[in-house]
Amino acid sequence: MFRRLHEPANAVTIQIDGSPVRAAPGDSVAAALLATGNPVCRQSPASGADRAPFCMIGACFECLMEIDGVPNRQACLVPVREGMQVRRQARPTPVGAVASPADKVAS
Amino acid sequence: MSAIDLAIVGAGPAGLAAAATAAELGLSVTVFDENTAPGGQIYRGIEAVAGPRARDLAVLGPAYAAGKAVVERFRASKAGYSPATTVWLVQKDRRLGILRDGKASMVEARRVLIATGALERPVPIPGWTLPGVMLAGAAQSLLKASGMVPAGPVVLAGNGPLLWQLAAQFVAAGVNIAALLETGSAYKAALPHLPAVVLAGGYLAKGLGLIASVRKAGVPIRRSVEGLRAVGKGRLQAVEFTAGGRAERIPAELLCLHQGVVANAQLGMAIPLKHEWVEAQRCWRPVLDAWGNSDVEGIAVAGDGAGIGGADAAVHAGRIAGFEAARALGRIDAAARDARAAGDVAAWRRHLRARPFLDALYPPARALRVPADDVMVCRCEEVTAGQVREAVRQGGTGPNQVKSFTRTGMGPCQGRMCGLTISEIIADALGKPVAAVGTYRIRPPIKPLTVGELAALE
Amino acid sequence: MSAPGDFDVIVIGGGLHGCSAAYHLAAARLKPVVLEKHVVARHASSASAGGVRRLGRDPAEIPLAMASIEMWHAMRATLGDDGEFRATGQVRVAENVDELRQCEARAAQVRALGYDHEVVIDRKELRRLVPAVAEQCIGGLYTARDGYAFPFKATTAFRLKAEALGAVVKEDTRVEAIERSGERWLVTTNRGPFRAPVLVNAAGAWGAEIARMLGEEVPIEPVALMMMVSGRMPHFLDPTVGSMGRKMSFKQMQSGTVVIGGGHRGRVDPLTELTELEFQFLGESARTVAAIFPLMKHAPLVRCWAGIEGFTPDELPIIGPSKAVPGVFHSFGFCGHGFQLGPVVGSITAQLVTGGKTNLPIEPFRVDRFAGSPPQA
Repeated sequence: MFRRLHEPANAVTIQIDGSPVRAAPGDSVAAALLATGNPVCRQSPASGADRAPFCMIGACFECLMEIDGVPNRQACLVPVREGMQVRRQARPTPVGAVASPADKVAS
Repeated sequence: MSAIDLAIVGAGPAGLAAAATAAELGLSVTVFDENTAPGGQIYRGIEAVAGPRARDLAVLGPAYAAGKAVVERFRASKAGYSPATTVWLVQKDRRLGILRDGKASMVEARRVLIATGALERPVPIPGWTLPGVMLAGAAQSLLKASGMVPAGPVVLAGNGPLLWQLAAQFVAAGVNIAALLETGSAYKAALPHLPAVVLAGGYLAKGLGLIASVRKAGVPIRRSVEGLRAVGKGRLQAVEFTAGGRAERIPAELLCLHQGVVANAQLGMAIPLKHEWVEAQRCWRPVLDAWGNSDVEGIAVAGDGAGIGGADAAVHAGRIAGFEAARALGRIDAAARDARAAGDVAAWRRHLRARPFLDALYPPARALRVPADDVMVCRCEEVTAGQVREAVRQGGTGPNQVKSFTRTGMGPCQGRMCGLTISEIIADALGKPVAAVGTYRIRPPIKPLTVGELAALE
Repeated sequence: MSAPGDFDVIVIGGGLHGCSAAYHLAAARLKPVVLEKHVVARHASSASAGGVRRLGRDPAEIPLAMASIEMWHAMRATLGDDGEFRATGQVRVAENVDELRQCEARAAQVRALGYDHEVVIDRKELRRLVPAVAEQCIGGLYTARDGYAFPFKATTAFRLKAEALGAVVKEDTRVEAIERSGERWLVTTNRGPFRAPVLVNAAGAWGAEIARMLGEEVPIEPVALMMMVSGRMPHFLDPTVGSMGRKMSFKQMQSGTVVIGGGHRGRVDPLTELTELEFQFLGESARTVAAIFPLMKHAPLVRCWAGIEGFTPDELPIIGPSKAVPGVFHSFGFCGHGFQLGPVVGSITAQLVTGGKTNLPIEPFRVDRFAGSPPQA
């Protein structure tokens, strides 16, 4: 969705959902994401709708992503690092979607 | 653990100027910055715009380049700098909860300066959660920090100086601006404030220059835009609106929204410092004395976080806060503070003269302050304006009750994106002033901590 | 009714207990008014973690808790709203053999009193009920029909039903003075006078202040109980989980958020009615949670808060008639475990008001039981 005014010197490569993405040192993970064709960073935990980075200053919490195994990190505040593993976050399984063990006891 | 003299939260113009001033007067100072390099939002990436990126300065403009001197003076001082550090708590006893390297800890300070700057005012329109819609400041931040610009056609919508500045920057960078949609500017209301803005120096010429450069580039401009909507299936495809009674639809890959900035009062509200509603800016700000002191002993606020004044005013406000810190901690007496700060106080007041004009010229549109029922106002919990009104009908008398009814404001942003809108909707529904309705009680941590991070706190 | 301020009963306090009393009084065809100094459910009734728990209660409270649980299960039918009550059970985990022995002793004690709701579960049953529990947990105590509710919504459910039955709720109405005027009480507030032959004191942490206005000293300490809530998590837990050996109350709500309590105390300023959190204790709370639920390590804690609650020296509530003056019934000082008792204590209060007696044993909660004990510092 975004393009660079000039190619980065000393580019680093991060993985987003397993695909390599080139980024400039100093880029935030969210910036690196927005430079790809797909700006979606996660699904809304409330409805599951796709969301993308929105404020880029750490205020809106839309850009939460799993970074190096840690979920819910603000991708706009985390700088890229060579080899970083980034994942888009799926909507958490809603409560009630799985049968309750207590219900099974009752029946 | 020995207490530092002055803990400063935020490394924008106010925080950096205060740090340099206080350190030059011999205080031990640490600036805690959530970002990885100083500059705040306004001067974001200022140290990085060098080498291959030096030419970006031409795109970003002289107002941005002015940040270089502020950062250099801070770097030359003995003030400490703690980057990538989130301050998630400030207590009345001036202990700060910080998060660094995945571990929470507490820091003691004899004095605290909150310099957390501004946030963009929320712009709740239908479709504003679609990927492809972002705040204008977000796009500007990408330009400053990463030298990135929109790849496809972009629509800029709303009002305020930043919208025009971004448009001018996009023009300079050769971006395809499909349209600039102004949601209303109140020239008549602003006219009485014209002499003051002229006296403030430079503001009017700067603004007119930006508007002229956007016009000259042939960017399609629509005035008095209403009914703004972001539309698309799972992704922004077009922007719809009416202007001059005509409905229009403009295809776009990106929509940048903006309707001014408001004080980022989250940290002060969590303490809580006393706050007041500012009708002219339609936002909350802490109640402060002439030196930036809050109602809590030893805790001060400076810069846009104390009420919007802009970056130049923030530099002077920061220096004033630095002198006051030195006085409060016994380094200089009141007479010396007054003498040293006199130039900054005069300059600060001069810059603030521009505000009434800008506030009057760019009022947030009513439809964006008090949106229609079907508009989602809380992005985190997906609560609509209609649900908020329903909670009011069920007996919700203020934002905290409505929060309990609807979950609005309970998500991770803790009301940063919905707080103003919720207060405005409730005030409108009850026919009361916003000041009487109040706002959310903000709870620490003001930014989420993980269980593992908090577990490190002994 | 002869004048706008005249009612059958004045209920002081718009928390769960006040609203429950108002509902039961209105259901008994009386006209109560609830005087709330702030807004309904301002303090303990919205800050509560919402546990609907019989598990582990003081023996004196068990008969009341047994009656109350039936009222929770019937709440949708009686109030038209269940306050999001979910009967997903309550568990207390044992992390070592000593704690498991304590579970067995407790279950035996409860059985000896004639109840069978608390049962010991083994390692396998614990994992069936709470699959996410840590390896060192070897069993625990379990009550199947307990659960949790959403405190604000439960309080609101009582309030709305009471109002539908004719009760009046006055918010932002602070009691300034109480005096006896003939056969009636005259309560002066910032919003004018209210008169009724009967007063119910359901003023929570401020209950002792009201009692003092009536000439009755009760040692109550205002305490700020701290709570934390996570962001929405994938569904991993049904029952509410506590611990035999550590301070923890842990539940996943319908929204997916996890509410964590356990009795860690913050600081309270009863004058400003504000609380300050003590994060070193929340650090301990986080270590406990991480130890018992390892999957919580990366869970974001989005808010912490504390609710102001009244504690008595024996950590049992004050329920029943005033011993100093006629026509006054107390229901306050629930010491952080009054949520589950809300329905039944409101009903007890209505029974006392209408008939002067109740069929439940409330003698252990009498207001004058601290008489002669040294005054609170």
